[in-house]
Amino acid sequence: MNLAEGVQIVSFGILSVMMIAGALGVVLFSNIVYSAFLLCGVFTSIAGLYLLLNADFVAAAQVLIYVGAVNVLILFAIMLVNKREDFRTIPNAWVRQVATAVVCAGLFALLGTMVVSTPWAIVATTGAPAESSIVTIAKHFFTDFLLPFELASVFLLMAMVGAIVLARRDFLPDQLSSNKLSETPAFSLQERPRELVSAGDVSAPESK
Amino acid sequence: MQLQLQYFLLLAAALFCIGVYGLITSRNAVRVLMSIELMLNAVNLNLMGFSNYLDPVQIKGQVFTVFVVTVAAAEAAVGLAIVLAIYRNRNTVDMEEFNLLKW
Repeated sequence: MNLAEGVQIVSFGILSVMMIAGALGVVLFSNIVYSAFLLCGVFTSIAGLYLLLNADFVAAAQVLIYVGAVNVLILFAIMLVNKREDFRTIPNAWVRQVATAVVCAGLFALLGTMVVSTPWAIVATTGAPAESSIVTIAKHFFTDFLLPFELASVFLLMAMVGAIVLARRDFLPDQLSSNKLSETPAFSLQERPRELVSAGDVSAPESK
Repeated sequence: MQLQLQYFLLLAAALFCIGVYGLITSRNAVRVLMSIELMLNAVNLNLMGFSNYLDPVQIKGQVFTVFVVTVAAAEAAVGLAIVLAIYRNRNTVDMEEFNLLKW
């Protein structure tokens, strides 16, 4: 990294504040669309942090995959389950939140103590690395990480097929097979949500 | 003053703890998936920090980060498909209502 140290410190501070504030917003906002857009900001700031860590390829991959693909997927899911519902209030919800906050603060304190007190065997960097990080990563991918690299492609194919099978509506309307297409308007939605299963009915509280 | 490894590790620890908090307390199923993405990004940040400061010559941490990103993308696709399927089944996204496996 051939930026000046002051520039690095200032950009690290700005990016970390953006990241922590965005992550808190993702968790704490009540409107989930705001959360999705703040998640986009969190991913972008993490890409900036990767640039500070001399990783240009992974920063570009982060922007492409997370901001471009995962976040759009999450927005699509939000729009598909777009239902304004007020969640049923459960008793003693604040106990759970306070307990979780205490546990998370304790976990952060533990991790912070570990990070500060451990003597890391830091290698003294001699300026810029000899070759570009893309060349090094490509050498790793096609020599010693070849099997995981190929398995990752098979894994992505499996995930794609599995997601399609899970999210597909597995019943077709009967009108399509018969000749009643002229009666229904052309763009009406033929499918409905499936009926609730009998075990643990939501609408009628079961008697225990 | 120079950027240290500890700064990045503390930042990743904070992000991970926020992700754990959101994972446990949120009731919307999509927000749970977003919290899991936050936690995976915290792990990625750890890997990148170690790769830059402890292994700057052969950067294996970046290779691991690419694999983690791959798994995270697949997880997001399958998880959101599961959320859609269970929304069609139960007609809600409230995590408290998903009690099919409760005994």
